[in-house]
Amino acid sequence: MKILEPLLFELSVDGRRGYTLPKLDIPESDPADLLPATYIRKELKLPSISEIDCVRHFTRLSRLNYCVDVGFYPLGSCTMKYNPKINEDMARLPGFANLHPYQSEGTVQGALALMHFLEHAICEITGMDACTLQPAAGAHGELTGLMIIKAYHDRKRNKTKTKILIPDAGHGTNPASAALCGYQVVSLHTDARGGVDLNDLRAHLAPDVAGLMLTNPNTLGLFDENIEEIARLVHSVDGLLYYDGANLNAIMGWTRPGDMGFDVVHVNLHKTFSTPHGGGGPGSGPVGVKKHLAEFLPSPKVTFDGKKFKIVRKCKGSIGPVRSFLGSFGVLVRAWTYIVSLGGAGLKDVSSHAVLNANYMMRRLQKRYALPYDRHCKHEFVLSGKPFAEKGVKTLDIAKRLLDEGFHAPTIYFPLIVEEAIMIEPTETESKRTMDEFIEVMLRIADEAVNTPEKLKAAPIKTPVGRLDEATAARKPDLNYFKGRGSPPGNASV
Amino acid sequence: MNPTNCKYTKDHEWARIEGKIAIIGISEFASKQLGDVVFVDVPQVGTELVKGKTLGVVESVKTVSDIFAPLSGKVIERNAALEGEPAKVNEDPFGSGWMIKIELSDPGEVSDLMDVKEYEEHCAHSEH
Repeated sequence: MKILEPLLFELSVDGRRGYTLPKLDIPESDPADLLPATYIRKELKLPSISEIDCVRHFTRLSRLNYCVDVGFYPLGSCTMKYNPKINEDMARLPGFANLHPYQSEGTVQGALALMHFLEHAICEITGMDACTLQPAAGAHGELTGLMIIKAYHDRKRNKTKTKILIPDAGHGTNPASAALCGYQVVSLHTDARGGVDLNDLRAHLAPDVAGLMLTNPNTLGLFDENIEEIARLVHSVDGLLYYDGANLNAIMGWTRPGDMGFDVVHVNLHKTFSTPHGGGGPGSGPVGVKKHLAEFLPSPKVTFDGKKFKIVRKCKGSIGPVRSFLGSFGVLVRAWTYIVSLGGAGLKDVSSHAVLNANYMMRRLQKRYALPYDRHCKHEFVLSGKPFAEKGVKTLDIAKRLLDEGFHAPTIYFPLIVEEAIMIEPTETESKRTMDEFIEVMLRIADEAVNTPEKLKAAPIKTPVGRLDEATAARKPDLNYFKGRGSPPGNASV
Repeated sequence: MNPTNCKYTKDHEWARIEGKIAIIGISEFASKQLGDVVFVDVPQVGTELVKGKTLGVVESVKTVSDIFAPLSGKVIERNAALEGEPAKVNEDPFGSGWMIKIELSDPGEVSDLMDVKEYEEHCAHSEH
């Protein structure tokens, strides 16, 4: 394999330095007098390189990366929207960036105020009564929300509640969160219009149903028209309705989960509220609840008595802390900045444009790709690569070919209920020009799939590496870089 | 088409029984539901399998699924070709896509499995 970038250890040359220490201005002491012998090392196996070599190494690595600041990123279900730089400016204000979680309340009033106001904003946007900012991601929010649902049923001493209903179009994290919380997962079918199959819901409705988890619009990008009936049915057996907020970008300012009948909701600040994500975070998945569940929210809580903000640690009825300290604070600052810089009307426009963009792309791409659920979509839509199956072309090949054209691939093979699924979410920030460029490429790839399928099978050819065997790489990782290359160069040892 | 000389489980494994030996794989229905298979992990020769317990894992472009042992017994052969060519599970699930061969420890368990007619009814019910 071609080496894209040598390791720092390979760039290392004995004696090279990237720093010069100033002259010692205190009495020199021997570490052996200060530390136990077991902690003293004679040799530090660190690479020796100059500053410029180090800077170039990391800059070159960064240029192998593809991100939303480089190009179009139509990854469905992930809302990879542009993150305005003002969010970054605010998160870097020294008063926020240099806080320590052990600082006393009196010295962090501004930070607590921001959290308090952000909680209110999230409640306003989702139609909930109270909120926690602790969860570190969407799936963490799901688990927190389900623990709240469990606390509600436990409080009523209702031991019959053992099941959580989840539509088969749901995110994979939904059943995982429910199972982790000790619930049995029951999968519900999707009807011909792409919503929850009401007959299947009625068939599974029983006193043992603790709740139903729903994404609305769902992962097909379709708004469930029967949501009020779904809420009525679930509530009729004292079940609670959980809103997976991954697709909140479609409805902000137009409708609210609380108004649809949901009891618990998580939102993904790193998706809808435009803070960077991907590559492991940090994310933030606040959870909002209706009044009857507010006491169960995690502790500690930030409160305001009209004069001072306080961190209240002992909260009666609370499920307890779900994360260290109060949440991913840097993400909270970015989300708050995004919300107040756009305002209510701006957030409503965000959803309008996200939905308009998705419908525009769907209608143009529908001409060459299959559209399994043909109705107006919300912020994303799901195509199928099935028409090219007879040429031996898979959705994976289409996605790989897009990489050669300089685009990030859309989400593929999800949702599971669509064969050869291609899930596209343009988001509100993309111009018609960018979308047209992507559409033209997709249409050209459709032609290639019919006329020169081998071109798709060979893709990608322009990326730093070609098609990787991801499954084997994940299952049988070869973690020794130097295997088959002899021993590490320089003074390095690994 | 599901071969008539195989027995099936509700989790879509098949077993072709030849005396005290059974050859095991997953059905065409399962391989279609999974989509393109990219990795198959089956147990080493000598492993004792218990009916209904996890036998291995099959990973496709869509999902990762457990494979359950349709019968109890000791693994006497494994299809090593699947390591390099997991797609055989899609191309020929009842033939070259077989997974393991076991020596049955309780041949009486065979009567718990479905015949092809029962299995096809089960599949028709699973689809929606």
